[in-house]
Amino acid sequence: MREYFNNIWLGLTTVFIGMNVTFKHLFKPAVTIQYPDVKLLLPERERNRLYVNMDDCIGCDQCARACPVSCISIETVKSLPTDDLGKTSNGKKKALWLTKFDIDIAKCCYCQLCVFPCPTECIYMTDVFEFSEYKRENLLYSFVTLTPDEIAEKKNNFEKAEAEKSAQKAAAAAKKAEEQAAPKENKPSAEKPEDKKE
Amino acid sequence: MPVKTEEMILNMGPQHPSTHGVLRLELLLEGEIIKGVKPHIGYLHRCFEKHAEAMTYPQVIPYVDRLDYLSSMYNEFGYVTAVEKLLGIEVPQRVEYIRVIMGELQRIASHLVAIGTYGADLGAFTPFLFAFRDREKILSLFEITCGARLLYNYIWIGGLSHDLHPDFVRLAREFIPYFRPKIKEMNDLLSYNKIFVERTANVGILPPETAINFGVSGPNLRGSGLKWDLRRNDPYSVYDKFDFNIPVGEGRMGTVGDCWDRYFVRILEMEESLKIIEQALDQLPEGDVTSAIPKRVKPPIGQVYARVENPRGELGYFIISDGSVNPFRVKVRAPSFISLSVMDELCRGHMIADVIAILGSIDIVLGEIDR
Amino acid sequence: MIYDFLLKLTGSEIAAGFIQSLLPLFVFILPFALIAVLLERKVSAHMQDRLGPMRVGYHGIFQTVADILKLMQKEDIVTDNSDKALFNIAPVLVFTGSYAAFAAIPFSGAFIGSNIDLGLFFIVAVSGLVVAGILMAGWASNNKYTLLGAMRSAAQVISYEIPTILVIITIVMITGTLNLYTLSELQTGHFWNWMIFGGPSTGLIKVAFIPFMIIGFVIIYISTLAEVNRTPFDIPEAESELVSGYHTEYSGMKFAMFFLAEYANMFAVSAIVAAVFFGGYQSPFGYLGNSLGISWFIPIEQFFWFTFKGIFFVLVQMWLRWTLPRLRVDQLMALCWKYLIPIAFVNLLIVGLITVL
Repeated sequence: MREYFNNIWLGLTTVFIGMNVTFKHLFKPAVTIQYPDVKLLLPERERNRLYVNMDDCIGCDQCARACPVSCISIETVKSLPTDDLGKTSNGKKKALWLTKFDIDIAKCCYCQLCVFPCPTECIYMTDVFEFSEYKRENLLYSFVTLTPDEIAEKKNNFEKAEAEKSAQKAAAAAKKAEEQAAPKENKPSAEKPEDKKE
Repeated sequence: MPVKTEEMILNMGPQHPSTHGVLRLELLLEGEIIKGVKPHIGYLHRCFEKHAEAMTYPQVIPYVDRLDYLSSMYNEFGYVTAVEKLLGIEVPQRVEYIRVIMGELQRIASHLVAIGTYGADLGAFTPFLFAFRDREKILSLFEITCGARLLYNYIWIGGLSHDLHPDFVRLAREFIPYFRPKIKEMNDLLSYNKIFVERTANVGILPPETAINFGVSGPNLRGSGLKWDLRRNDPYSVYDKFDFNIPVGEGRMGTVGDCWDRYFVRILEMEESLKIIEQALDQLPEGDVTSAIPKRVKPPIGQVYARVENPRGELGYFIISDGSVNPFRVKVRAPSFISLSVMDELCRGHMIADVIAILGSIDIVLGEIDR
Repeated sequence: MIYDFLLKLTGSEIAAGFIQSLLPLFVFILPFALIAVLLERKVSAHMQDRLGPMRVGYHGIFQTVADILKLMQKEDIVTDNSDKALFNIAPVLVFTGSYAAFAAIPFSGAFIGSNIDLGLFFIVAVSGLVVAGILMAGWASNNKYTLLGAMRSAAQVISYEIPTILVIITIVMITGTLNLYTLSELQTGHFWNWMIFGGPSTGLIKVAFIPFMIIGFVIIYISTLAEVNRTPFDIPEAESELVSGYHTEYSGMKFAMFFLAEYANMFAVSAIVAAVFFGGYQSPFGYLGNSLGISWFIPIEQFFWFTFKGIFFVLVQMWLRWTLPRLRVDQLMALCWKYLIPIAFVNLLIVGLITVL
């Protein structure tokens, strides 16, 4: 019997306590903001859309290797010794033409792992977070500054140079072979990387 | 004509407002009474463990975030604890303290979601939004520190990705007095409400023996009255330096180990976490947080098991290293997975509405169960 | 009064009756539903430290209009395995049930759809029609969740009619009438003549009535809350358990009809509570029209007071909804049969004794 009345009492009082709480909140200012009209000031460490400053990129591929979801794909072509690619803002010499620097932002998991290994700090996360698209292809961002023609040209140049080099090498090898009749297979391959560095 | 009755099979989920993600429960019903529950999992399976084998050790961390997406910080904490144990490196004191602060903030945030959604499951929608309002404060703290609100990739092997933001300590200190009255408000609005008590007390009783037999851990185990907390029983990091209580279920509203106890243990734990944060902020040493980060993580051949007290229970990582930069095997002991296995035991003989109450009280996260 | 006026205007009894019966729908229920839905969203939002709809019009005042437009454009989906006939009739029946109740509700001294002597009884009876509609909807959808919702709803609405009727009997015992117009007229004058304050009786008896009237009011308020399936008794449409109960499979205008019926019902039961306990359309302080000597102004004032009281109780319903969790089916029944009905009986007995004295 006591429990019966206790139940009634508790039922009524706790309901009124709860109603008191919600009633108080009726007059409290809202904590939400009217999003598209008002926007929050994002903190400086905000991690959103990736951006690459191509002027500084040396094509070292470290970001692509750090990426856990492989959303960065980089292709490079070696520059000719005659090309001048300039220097990065922190004084590194650029030696590669970037023919492809794609970030599939749809795959990106915003982990920021690509940002830390970059030697020139050219890849970083911005505070842009509104970049939805109707088509998934539009989320494949290409950061390459060269035009397709230029890319073809650079590739062509490189291939020509390669071809010339290999022709020279072949000639040199032939000469050597002629000069020293003894066969030394290892030597040309060991010399190869040294040739390239020039 | 003889009257024939039939048992009804009701599929709850995978698209259902109260299954906390994509869980499908196959309920065997007799009218509204449950005869059996069969959880079907795997709708969120993302091959984490297999993926991890193809990743380098630091690359696994973003994946670890996505296991239990409500307590990402703590998942990272557990993973780096395991890898550091494998590598045998000491981390600076400041790093440990920051990890504890972040972990405890994450525990509050995670419990807030648990409590809020529990209210929503039982029909009270206002506590849900109140809980999310307070959780936002914690997420903002994380955001100023590492730039992300949910999946942080903040705790790294041997250190942290960033040092604390200059404003962090001030804001965290402001959060504590802000949050304490909110717990009381939540108690007024939900915990002691007669209807809520009726819905949760004496429902889904988990006796301590059953809990141990199933391997249940965390607040669910403590709700059954067992004082078992890895922060105290198997201290890791710097947890032995703090003074805090381990709340356990006492059966205040019904029987020990019922839904209300499990729920209330979470409320009490939030207060304890606040205590830990307060102490950690007071003792926070100076130092460099990135000094101990190894350039190349290549652990020696061997295996390791490390466990931490995640907001949902014992989160363990078992890692086998074959000496390369990729782990050979990463096995996760997910607390939600084990908690889910007691569903059948808890639900039998109750009603459909109780399934919701029980499922909410064991607080599962499907990302962790399906991995 | 309005009927006479319409009769004079049109010269045909049928036309006058027809227009009069449509008046509550177009003048009252539709605008009320529009406002109430917005109010519900706004009240809930502010209780939860939000703002609610803000984009359509100033502070979102046209939000429900936009919603209705959206619902009208929506495809009307009828599932393959449903019982088509029942499926289509159900929302109409539910709406008819709740609309029929408005026939006997006295909006003001000048406008009462049908001034029948069994007004209160009629309202309680026709709201039973809603149950049939809900059961039909649940069964016809051919979905386990809707069926469970419908069965819960039937059990709930039927059980909770008993305490409602018991409290109404208590009132009828004092006033001796089931006619809502007469009942309202009895409580005329000032607010201390309202039934909650002992009604028109005088002296010690009036004082003795007050606590029992308050108990009666609490009981009838709780049970009407359950009859219209509002939280904490919204188990037939419990969102987190049964997705949305009996109207899970409905879309477009049929869904809108359920929705409209729910809000119409909310007002109907609030109106009953107001009419029975809070003086119906009577003003608490006397009329401005009387003191100014404008007699035609009085019905308008009465309409205002009636709407005000009705909306006040609707607001309390909303307030409760956004505060409380919901009960379980068996607890709901326990509350009805173990608490409300016995207390209502005892209340009836005591009030009866006092009346005899």
